[in-house]
Amino acid sequence: MATPVLTETIDLAARFPGAVTADARPGYSGWMVEKDSLIKVATDIRDGLGYDFLSSVTAVDYIEQNKFEVVYHVYKTTGGPALVFKTQAERVDPVEVPSVVSIWPGADFQEREAWDLYGIKFTGHPDLRRILMWEGFEGHPMRKDFKEAFHEEDAKPLKSRWPEGQHKYAEARNPYGDNIMFKPGFDPEKWTPTDPEEALYASLKTYKTEEIDGIKTDHIIVNMGPQHPSTHGVFRAVVVLDGETVIGLKPVMGYLHRNHEKIGERNTFLQNMPYTDRLDYFNSMYNNWGYSLAVEKLMGIQVPERAEYIRVIMGELSRIQNHLILFGMLWNDLGAYFTPALYAFEERELILDIFEAVAGSRMMCNYHRFGGVVRDIDEASLRKIKDLVFERLPRKAEEFDRLLSENEIFVSRMKGVGYLSPEDSIAFSVSGPNLRAAGVPYDIRRADPYGIYDRFEFDIPVRHNSDLLDRYYLRVDEIKQSLRILQQAVKQLPEGPFLAGKPVYQVRVPAGEAYGRVEAPKGELGFYVISNGKGNPYRYHIRTPSFINITSVEKMCVGSKIADFVTILGMVDIVLGELDR
Amino acid sequence: MNGLGLLKGLQVTLSRFIDSYTEDIRWFFKRYEKVGFRSSKNAKGTFTVQYPEEKLILPEEFRYVPFLIYDEGDNGEKNIRCTSCGICAKACPPQCIWIVRTSDPVTGRPVPQPAEFYIDADICMNCGFCAEYCPFDAIKMDHDFEIASFERNLLNKEKLLKPASYYAGIRPTNNAREEEARAAKAAAKAAKV
Repeated sequence: MATPVLTETIDLAARFPGAVTADARPGYSGWMVEKDSLIKVATDIRDGLGYDFLSSVTAVDYIEQNKFEVVYHVYKTTGGPALVFKTQAERVDPVEVPSVVSIWPGADFQEREAWDLYGIKFTGHPDLRRILMWEGFEGHPMRKDFKEAFHEEDAKPLKSRWPEGQHKYAEARNPYGDNIMFKPGFDPEKWTPTDPEEALYASLKTYKTEEIDGIKTDHIIVNMGPQHPSTHGVFRAVVVLDGETVIGLKPVMGYLHRNHEKIGERNTFLQNMPYTDRLDYFNSMYNNWGYSLAVEKLMGIQVPERAEYIRVIMGELSRIQNHLILFGMLWNDLGAYFTPALYAFEERELILDIFEAVAGSRMMCNYHRFGGVVRDIDEASLRKIKDLVFERLPRKAEEFDRLLSENEIFVSRMKGVGYLSPEDSIAFSVSGPNLRAAGVPYDIRRADPYGIYDRFEFDIPVRHNSDLLDRYYLRVDEIKQSLRILQQAVKQLPEGPFLAGKPVYQVRVPAGEAYGRVEAPKGELGFYVISNGKGNPYRYHIRTPSFINITSVEKMCVGSKIADFVTILGMVDIVLGELDR
Repeated sequence: MNGLGLLKGLQVTLSRFIDSYTEDIRWFFKRYEKVGFRSSKNAKGTFTVQYPEEKLILPEEFRYVPFLIYDEGDNGEKNIRCTSCGICAKACPPQCIWIVRTSDPVTGRPVPQPAEFYIDADICMNCGFCAEYCPFDAIKMDHDFEIASFERNLLNKEKLLKPASYYAGIRPTNNAREEEARAAKAAAKAAKV
């Protein structure tokens, strides 16, 4: 029952006297590393201390101290809590911080994101371009002094709503008044656009023309997307092809970008809860959980027993339906058009019926509150859950296995395709099922338990070939393990309150920082929240599994055929709501 | 590589195919009762629902764009429960609630009654916070999801008001629980006086 506490304390300050100091701000933890010795310290953290998994890199704008801070969360793939280290840079352009891509390649997209949204130049980064905003966008929107169009006030609740709340459409407030920022000297009337894709194509391997057997041949660039059925949303991959073989690939994203984090900083803590539903919209239960975990850490509240069980039940149901969608959609990509997809959707439908009865909505559950859940599971829903986890789902999981797992076409399309070595998987910060299919038994439910996962008996499935077929089988195994957890949780579900304290819409969150991470169905989902004691979070960052898992897609695709890209991308299991945020 | 795995999978498809017919025959005369069966553990056969002739049964907690409750008075007047305290407008994540408070024309002091109440249903994200945190049970989430229109859905007070009996109809258990709580509160108040 007790969480195994790793008592190993690491004194980075003693290891690097002068270069590292403890972060002494109240509510904060971790180490402050001097910018100049960042690479030296980070290399030692990986090689000397064994923190091989970079979970999250993000930036914070401390505008009052005139500082930018870059925050790193690193873990060991053998388990245990995080090592947090930070580095600060003066808030004077150009802001420069050394890049850690050479140490943890998984930092690639995250540093690009920090450059895009905060304007921090990571020196030594191989391909520092904008990632979520479009090339040609002026300004860095996450900076505290950036005001977006339709900006009304710095923080919600907005004063214009009450007591004199005369309704106005947002567009009635002229967005082209003082809400738009142009760089100095820019005149929109005289502007001639430059090719925004220039930098993108320059970052690809230069394509060459050569003569083979007297025939001139070319490498060609193919744009998969933004409107391509295999991308399950608006996502684009620019692929360089040699014949049919992929030799280079760059994902282009941000078509669904809405700056979720900026919205999150305007919202009060509780108001963010329904917004998290919209990240990975298949697993809103899990998104809720990650966010409430981070804020509960800050608030220091204990979640009642019954609520913990309900969270596990909803989380695991959510995992099952996520994997079912993946299977169904994967088959769509492979050409078995929609029959298996709809079989998968039937089971998902029954799970969503439960969500609807319990939370009020099928997908946008908004079910968790700080210190528990919003309402209890009613008797009828509980009976339905029991029916599902003891009778229907085990039967259907087996049926699904029969339907797909041995199909020769399926197997031959997947076997040996999309290989990523375990070393690369860890280096690229791949998390979730794809990491476990590479033989790394890393699951946060065991490695760094949250909630009450330490009470259940379940196995972490591991496969070793790290190809698409193993990633598929691993998810089949995971569904079985989830059912095991569910069966225990439903049996043990205790009576009692489902929410700690009274429901309040304006919570008091003490100043400090917290990182809450959960093993979401797609991988590690982390919420990094900073509070300054006011009603709104000062910083609200989400480490989304889709976004970071996509870093490795180039590595997986190079050498495969272009047709395999579709399957590889399908198996990475991206969802654009959280990829683009 | 002999196609056996493929055939094994196709067996599943075949049995499902047959199911869809046998189930149709089984439910031939009770077609609309099938909706309940569809969401049970034994559901099989055709899973789709012929909307709008058939509709799925909405669970009580289903939430859609909120409405305001009024109690019907003895001679037909509408006693709006809302006191325009503004908690819903403050809790609303997309800030789609606008409330104008009524002031007494003589004293200028606020009167517990909304002069106007707007919900921009196009912005509303159906999170249910307003209903959850309303201390007067005055604003509740609706079950009516068929609000598509050619115009924008800006709901004002008139459009939002629905009788308490409607609420009791769509959410009987919630209503019973709240009535009980209100009665207990009133009794406690009476005992104090």
